[in-house]
Amino acid sequence: MLKFVSSILFVVVVASPVMAADEFGDADRGATLFKDCKSCHQLGPGAKNRVGPVLNGIFGRAAASVEKFKYSKSLKRAGTDGLVWDFERLSAYIENPKAFASGTRMNYRGMKSVTDRNDLLAYLRDFSDNPQNIPEAAPTARALSHDLDPAILAIVGDPEYGEYLSNECLTCHRADGAAEGIPSITLWPEEDFVVAMHAYKRQLRPHPVMQMMAGRLSNEEIAALAAYFAQLEE
Amino acid sequence: MKLNRRLFLGTAAAATASLAAPMVMAASHGKPNVVVIGGGAGGATAARYIAKDSKGEINVTLIEPTRRYYTCFFSNLYLGGFREMESLGHGYGGMAAGGVNVVHDWAVGIDRDAKTVALAGGGSVPYDKLILSPGIDFVEGAVPGWSIAAQNAMPHAYKAGSQTELLKAQIMAMPEGGTFAMVAPPNPFRCPPGPYERISMVAHTLKENNPTAKILILDPKEKFSKQGLFEEGWANHYDGMIERIGPDFGGASVEVRPDSMEVVVDGEVEKVDVCNVIPAMKAGRICEMAGVTDGNWAPVNAADMSSKADADIHVLGDASSQGDMPKSGFSANSQAKVCANAVRGALTGSRVFPAKFSNTCWSLIDTDNGIKVGATYEATDEKIAKVDGFISATGEDAALRKATFEESVGWYSGITADMMG
Repeated sequence: MLKFVSSILFVVVVASPVMAADEFGDADRGATLFKDCKSCHQLGPGAKNRVGPVLNGIFGRAAASVEKFKYSKSLKRAGTDGLVWDFERLSAYIENPKAFASGTRMNYRGMKSVTDRNDLLAYLRDFSDNPQNIPEAAPTARALSHDLDPAILAIVGDPEYGEYLSNECLTCHRADGAAEGIPSITLWPEEDFVVAMHAYKRQLRPHPVMQMMAGRLSNEEIAALAAYFAQLEE
Repeated sequence: MKLNRRLFLGTAAAATASLAAPMVMAASHGKPNVVVIGGGAGGATAARYIAKDSKGEINVTLIEPTRRYYTCFFSNLYLGGFREMESLGHGYGGMAAGGVNVVHDWAVGIDRDAKTVALAGGGSVPYDKLILSPGIDFVEGAVPGWSIAAQNAMPHAYKAGSQTELLKAQIMAMPEGGTFAMVAPPNPFRCPPGPYERISMVAHTLKENNPTAKILILDPKEKFSKQGLFEEGWANHYDGMIERIGPDFGGASVEVRPDSMEVVVDGEVEKVDVCNVIPAMKAGRICEMAGVTDGNWAPVNAADMSSKADADIHVLGDASSQGDMPKSGFSANSQAKVCANAVRGALTGSRVFPAKFSNTCWSLIDTDNGIKVGATYEATDEKIAKVDGFISATGEDAALRKATFEESVGWYSGITADMMG
């Protein structure tokens, strides 16, 4: 019963910022804003817990769930009550940490500007691996930001080679588009596919299997795969 | 999901154009014949891909004695109570519907001069290209005291099905505080993390049903796959239950006595309640009969998985000796795709692309606690060589371990659909 009551309290606290929150902003600007967080939080390959927990994969993660990190009682209770970090909740937390979870150990004054928060979250999202669907699904869904060389995007892929290469994908990803534990990769927009594969190749997206798979594909091979998948029909 | 009509016509035209070149190598009149022996991760994948991609240009025959294939991968999860046996069984109906001639029979001989395969049920099947993917058999006399005759008393459970069910029944019938022993195999063997995932799953079942029971591993190897991850998991989840005796303490000198349910470790006799004997392995015997083995395994060329002894025979999966890839269902499936592309190219002149291989092995330690190891590989002149790899880390958070397990379940659905159609 107590649990139930405290979850309701959470909803109430969270409800107002939801309305104010906008959409993911400019990740590059977010990278600059992240400098404020860096003294306590690490992000990216090889990140470790410091004063604050690692922020890789924060989207879709249950509150207070990084093992071996000593959380405040407040955040632990939030985690037990089922709080999962999504855009709205992260935005509310960053806006005023103590208002969101009174006992949090995060000594941060808060980020008042919606634009700043949207940009920061866009940056954090680039290090989130949950979920990986392309086009992305909640909680990180929105158009992809990327800095891929237009020359790479312009490569015209060889769909027949792409069909051969796609055989390797089908060991895990389902040809029928079913997504059960492993995301569906059929019927992607061609450009999103290329962008996502290059993000794995450059280790910006964090999944180790995909980093390994994409890591050895050439620009032409990624284009070939995109061309093949783009020509599939339902 | 299929190619649209315009693209299909385009590809067909391209294929016809390349057919004009003198590439067709069918030995007999009419369509070329591919015969695949063994309908597991390697053979089923190869048969299905050749039939699917050749669009009727090649006759594909699959010879597989069992009507229903039970995957060895994930069979440990049955021992742990995480999977039903029936969920591991797959029929060949989808493959037959996909154009593969499925023959449920044993291949009992191969005439490499006449290029025919003799069947136990009589008759023979001609081939232009033969693909052998028979999996493993056990080396006779590898564990003193154990033989196929003793496999009911001391199951191997390393070919999934009745053996796995038998082992589970024996575990459930163990007396309170009894001992489960495993005689682990020497390298190389099918599924390097397999015995240790099995230990985890048996420990899980015993912890629930018989928490004072003990597990004893008799291991001839110094080290094993994902050792740090398994040992961390055992300490965290099954503390004090599992003891491993390595080669320094007699793990390489083990005799079993199935009649009295005893194991003799370096001269010391120990009474056990269940004994899972996983003997040393070799290529499925049909490889020996085909004369393509060197020692226990069948050496192959990395570029197309063709036998080093016969260019018209390819060997896939566990039975092959290829270099750096582990013997796993994932590896066999990956090798089958490279082989299918090469075989089709040789028989119909279709485009042959460079070989790319990959593997990932997931293991389950306890509920929602999955780990994985994987690598990519390329073909070199001598062997399949590792390019890059990764392994789960110790101390990972629970959410990541759960995601890894869920991913493995997704992979299981993916690979079985990819194999069987």
